[in-house]
Amino acid sequence: MAGDYAIETHGLTRRFGKFTAVDGIDLRIPKGKIYGFLGPNGSGKSTTIRMLCGLLEPSGGEATVLGHRVPQEAEALRRKLGYMTQSFSLYGDLSTRENLEFMAEVFTLSPAKRKARIQEAAERYFLTQLMSQRAGTMSGGQRQRLALAAATLHSPEMLFLDEPTSAVDPQSRRDFWDRLFELASEGTTILVSTHLMDEAERCHGLAIISKGKLVAEGTPRELMEKTDAQVLEIDAPEPQQAAKLLKQQSYVKSVTQIGTRLHALLDKDARDGAKQLTQLLKGAGLDVEVKEIDANLEDVFVASTGFQSESEAKHAA
Amino acid sequence: MLPDSLRRARAIAAKEVRQLLRDRLTFGMIVGIPLLQVILFGYAINTDVRHLRAAVADLSNTQLSRSVVAEAAASQVVDVVDVAHSAPELEALLRDGQVSVGLYLPPDFGRRAATGAGPAAQLMVDGSDPTLLGVAQGLALMPLTARSAPRTQPSPLFEVRNFYNPERRSAVDIVPALIGVILTLTMVLFTAVAIVRERERGNLELLITTPVSTVELMAGKIGPYIGIGLIQVTIVLLLGWLLFSVPVVGSLVTLYFAALLFIAASLGLGLLISTFAQTQFQAMQLTVFTFLPSILLSGFMFPFDGMPAFARWIGECLPLTHFIRLTRGVLLRGAGLGGMWIDVWPLLAFFALTLTLAVLKFHKRLD
Repeated sequence: MAGDYAIETHGLTRRFGKFTAVDGIDLRIPKGKIYGFLGPNGSGKSTTIRMLCGLLEPSGGEATVLGHRVPQEAEALRRKLGYMTQSFSLYGDLSTRENLEFMAEVFTLSPAKRKARIQEAAERYFLTQLMSQRAGTMSGGQRQRLALAAATLHSPEMLFLDEPTSAVDPQSRRDFWDRLFELASEGTTILVSTHLMDEAERCHGLAIISKGKLVAEGTPRELMEKTDAQVLEIDAPEPQQAAKLLKQQSYVKSVTQIGTRLHALLDKDARDGAKQLTQLLKGAGLDVEVKEIDANLEDVFVASTGFQSESEAKHAA
Repeated sequence: MLPDSLRRARAIAAKEVRQLLRDRLTFGMIVGIPLLQVILFGYAINTDVRHLRAAVADLSNTQLSRSVVAEAAASQVVDVVDVAHSAPELEALLRDGQVSVGLYLPPDFGRRAATGAGPAAQLMVDGSDPTLLGVAQGLALMPLTARSAPRTQPSPLFEVRNFYNPERRSAVDIVPALIGVILTLTMVLFTAVAIVRERERGNLELLITTPVSTVELMAGKIGPYIGIGLIQVTIVLLLGWLLFSVPVVGSLVTLYFAALLFIAASLGLGLLISTFAQTQFQAMQLTVFTFLPSILLSGFMFPFDGMPAFARWIGECLPLTHFIRLTRGVLLRGAGLGGMWIDVWPLLAFFALTLTLAVLKFHKRLD
């Protein structure tokens, strides 16, 4: 079975002093797919990725990446891994070409291959115009393309991306994801961490991580279909007032205002949620219209992260 | 084709040089520090103290006392800038820092001088500056000359022959030591900062996931600085020779070899610091922390033989102490490294120790 999965972990745990950043995570990530870690900041996504790269030693559990046990066999993995760090970690005072040449040398590509790969990367990631520009003077999107080019220069089998698009505009993000799908179709396994719903939705597989624990896993569609939350959309003339009332009900787990409408998550156990809410709000003299809708990924996220404090959930959204 | 390991170390070294050339401030420091320090210290440090501000209280006011005052002034060691009328007045001038030497000639100076029993006059010296005391003691030995008190001088027991620096020029003494001081400062600082910078800017997080090993990373980081260290040695030597005619009695090859040993020891220390410091600022603080004892206890500032035993032990553990002895030996006395083995092996040992500790302490991990 080992051959079928790019990554397998059992009870992977990492503690920093008394704080448990990653708490017994079991994962099976198939090869050649884009797999996402979705979770709020500080949920343990980066720590997990760092353990899988061999950057951090696990406090417990075990992990196998491309058939190598980490961290024991991390050195053997180096040539097969590409890693794009959360913040830009190439050299700002070197040009695009110099940065790429440096990475090619570090991975000891042959001179012919080095030239070909740099040429290829420059074209694929639209860097041709930027070859002699210093990385420190480039925009977030340009730097991110350079980082991806550098991380894939040695054609790694496995690519780790730690919140790759947090500092990038939506158009650049879409382009970036097109490149990721190209890489995946060429057989690269990609593990990407994110707190952006639109990114998470594009992954083949998704693990929702909260407070160091894996709380839900599956394809985005599966996750949306099997969520245990009822989602209601409420059209209210005075949404603020309605929201205030809703938040007082114990079976209402979360209320979000979207324009003039309210988006409410209810306990699965609450029976006839729509009817119940309509009665409640009409009783308070509010002329509302309530209808049941399908859960989106954000609802799944909010529901499965245990309905954390609103600010946390909003931040993650 | 080079072995992979060398290629990776070379890639890091080449990158480092490129970054150095672009970092104007650091590059300026490489050339600027030796330039400034040689000129500053070469001209400024002078142990041959002259022209001390002095006040005179001549209460005897005789021909003899006046001629003694005139003689003291003629020695150029003191410049009489003030006149006091009593011992307390003289003390007040000394206390307020108006003068650093007070010359007190008592009312019965003539009689005391004539009997020759015990000193005839008093020198009040500002002992808060120890170097002044030494100078004043020299002045105290000044005999009443034939003119002031005719007397046959006993011939001295010893005649001093000053080898290697007959003119007693401070620069001849200072410049060889400066090579070591400058290398200590720049080499330790540059390597410490070079590694910590990668950590601080997040480059290290990426580098660790590549096939680069700890040894390759350190070799690539150190390599360029060895070259820079040798350039600095050359600058100091050239300036010393041009501005202060500091001689090169021994062989230059020997000197550069000694410098190489010392650079290695300093780089080892820099690497070790880099494994402790989390930020460039911490690296700088730690460097200064090691730099001060080097300057104070190595014999560069204060005579090594004058220090108490425990300070000498600390001094013996510092690479600068041994390197200063080596440079003075090679440059001024023409000594070879074989003869100075006693100062060579501590450098080698220091390098081996710091490098081992640094490699052991530097984990190829983030935690």
